[in-house]
Amino acid sequence: MGHLRRSLFALAAAALLSGLSAPANAQKTLRAVMHSDLKILDPIWTTAYIVRNHGYMVYDTLFAADEKGEIKPQMVGQYEVSPDQLTHTFTLREGLLWHDGQPVAAEDCVASIKRWAAKDSTGQKLMTFVDGLTVKDDKTFIMKLKSPTGLVLLGLGKPSSNVPFMMPKRVAETDPNTQISDFTGSGPFVFKREEWKPGDKTVYVKFDKYKPRSEPASGFAGGKVANVDRVEWRAISDHQQAINALLAGEIDFIEAPPHDLLPLAIGDSNVKFFDWNVLGNQFTFRPNWTAKPFDNAKVRQALLYAFNQKDFLEAVVGDPKYYKVCNSYFPCGTAFFTEKGLDGRLNSDFKRAQELLKEAGYDGTPIVLMHSTDLQILTNLAPVAKSLMEKAGFKVDMQSMDWQTLVARRAKKDPPTAGGWHAFLTSWVSIDITNPIFTGFMNSACDKAMFGWPCDPEMEKLRDDFARETDPGKQKAIAELVSVREGEVVTHIPLGQWYLGAVMRKNVDGMLRAPAPVFWNISLK
Amino acid sequence: MFTYVLRRLLATIPVMLIVAVFVFLMLRLTPSDPAAIIAGDNANTEQVAEIRRRLGLDQPILTQFAIWMGRTLQGDFGESFFFKKQVAELIFDRLEPTLSLAFFTLVLAVVIAIPLGVVAAYRHGGWLDRIVMGFSVLGFSVPVFVIGYVLIYIFAIELNWLPVQGYQRLAQGVGGWLQRLILPSITLSVIYIALIARITRTSVLEVMNEEYIRTARAKGQTELKVLIRHALANAAVPIVTVIGLGVALLIGGVVVTESVYTIPGLGRLTVDAVLARDYPTIQAVILLFSLAYVLINLAVDLAYTFLDPRIRY
Repeated sequence: MGHLRRSLFALAAAALLSGLSAPANAQKTLRAVMHSDLKILDPIWTTAYIVRNHGYMVYDTLFAADEKGEIKPQMVGQYEVSPDQLTHTFTLREGLLWHDGQPVAAEDCVASIKRWAAKDSTGQKLMTFVDGLTVKDDKTFIMKLKSPTGLVLLGLGKPSSNVPFMMPKRVAETDPNTQISDFTGSGPFVFKREEWKPGDKTVYVKFDKYKPRSEPASGFAGGKVANVDRVEWRAISDHQQAINALLAGEIDFIEAPPHDLLPLAIGDSNVKFFDWNVLGNQFTFRPNWTAKPFDNAKVRQALLYAFNQKDFLEAVVGDPKYYKVCNSYFPCGTAFFTEKGLDGRLNSDFKRAQELLKEAGYDGTPIVLMHSTDLQILTNLAPVAKSLMEKAGFKVDMQSMDWQTLVARRAKKDPPTAGGWHAFLTSWVSIDITNPIFTGFMNSACDKAMFGWPCDPEMEKLRDDFARETDPGKQKAIAELVSVREGEVVTHIPLGQWYLGAVMRKNVDGMLRAPAPVFWNISLK
Repeated sequence: MFTYVLRRLLATIPVMLIVAVFVFLMLRLTPSDPAAIIAGDNANTEQVAEIRRRLGLDQPILTQFAIWMGRTLQGDFGESFFFKKQVAELIFDRLEPTLSLAFFTLVLAVVIAIPLGVVAAYRHGGWLDRIVMGFSVLGFSVPVFVIGYVLIYIFAIELNWLPVQGYQRLAQGVGGWLQRLILPSITLSVIYIALIARITRTSVLEVMNEEYIRTARAKGQTELKVLIRHALANAAVPIVTVIGLGVALLIGGVVVTESVYTIPGLGRLTVDAVLARDYPTIQAVILLFSLAYVLINLAVDLAYTFLDPRIRY
């Protein structure tokens, strides 16, 4: 009996020790904490950024934006445009394979473009120009246009949600309003469905048969070389705990730690900071055009005079290293940046704001301002807006709620007194608002526009002009006209640019600068 | 006895029905929309409406309730709005971490709290009693997440003895499993220890003046035997009741503790589902928690018959 007890004890001790010792594992695994847990797996079905990031792991794109934002061929090897600019011919690179080993074919890409275009606003706009999309041979497909447009490359190389990711035909033929259930891609990493534990971790492994381009990696373009065998996205929702885990070496990378915790991480000798999204983000105020008094342009213009960007940036970000005052609808550092439309505004000229309110006959209707309280980066925006609006003469009813409640409420067109709303504040990733077509808040197609429902035929005409234009110089001129029109009709108000990089262990090397975090090119030293 | 158990089990049916109706209505009446969350920030109104239609959320509430109830009665909790997995599969996946955490916490609490309570009662009014009671007040007063962060700072960051977060499945090794449960279990057990120690002290104090204690002492029994065999055994009913009732505390604590320590258990699943307004998952998890609570209370009631022969059903 005593012998048996001793044996059992020895067995238990051995089991314990074997568990305590680190397993010998030659695999290089990058353990990352992303800004959110991955719950949905279809990057065409939703516009959520975490699903876009998942898309970049698993899928490849026909074209891609490099670090400077220039669109370069990615899966496409040869791209030809007819002299009349009506026929675009795309030929795929040799050696492209799906994760199941089948070759990528032109028919897959045609089906993928169609599914993307059914969901994405830029894709929908592009398709209004498309006369036909046909397969020429296994590797070649042709897009015929009714009239020339600059949206072909802009759309197919769209870097952010919804990104036109290529999927096998059998997957791409899924109804665009139904989530896909087959996650075969042709990107540099393979999604391990069987290891995906929502709320715990998402696992990707290197796709050994991926054929990268020969050019060096730059942004989303160039050679996508996976230098780690495995990437694990760990779901740590508590920011402080994510930092603790990074300091303890339990994880290697945090995509977006909050500004106030950055000093804690960067202060550690084993941790470094990397600003991967050089274009940053833009805070934005969105009025609801269907709710009085914001149906009156002068009332909306009063907001432009009441606000100033610095107050918002100071209240939320604080450290000037991580923000920039940028009086432009299109972000600073992008091709269509212009101060037109905002010159002389956004400087808290309360006197002018009050005059405009008086001219508009504002009757003191309380403005229902939705205040998001659970996302740290948005929490302080609404109180600053309230304060500035009150100084301008608005009466403000700021209602606090969690972001998901705000998201649900902003979709309602009910009167503000009956569950609707007048205004809210949010933040855009800069890459999503670099031109009049990408910028969702500029869509002024009344009921078909995004929540806030601006209705301005003149703005829509300018956006159409932009879509039709293929010459970059002329596009720039139209973007300026759009900005000027914005200053008159005010679909939204830019409230400054802010930046937030990643923190990572010092052995993590090679991260690329791109508008979304990508994991190819990263190595573990 | 059998009739009593059967009667109690049957009584759980209306209780669960009330819980089901309450949870269903509560979710539908809150100002939220899973479709808007699923669609993402860049989606337009039409996209949100289409998703709402696909999820069946555009149907009248009564129709939604009838569909859900019908499925639930057949043991089908439906598919998560977000994870595209069966809710039953999601829950099953999360059971092990939560059960492990609850089991360790319970063992830790009972092993520490009962001796503490007994000793405090025995040394009534002395410094040991005051320390135990002081600890109890502290245990009740300090929120679970504060205890968690303090323990993490000391044992994981400063001393580097234990991991900061995460969970390792038992199948991957006993050592890693234990290692990752120590801090969360201690964190969660503090309030539980405080509660049980306090009740144990009070219950033991009450019986210490009984005549059978005096008789036991007169018979020459050691103080240890008097305390365990006579005092504690007779004070067991209220202690077991508190342990059972404390399961509600445990469920609440599990939600916070799993969030602080990033343990992928039912508590995290609940928080994630609530934040995402994942109705099918929230409904199923709350039903499960309620069922567990009802059954534990039944088990406690049945335990009385073993602890006190005078009680018969």
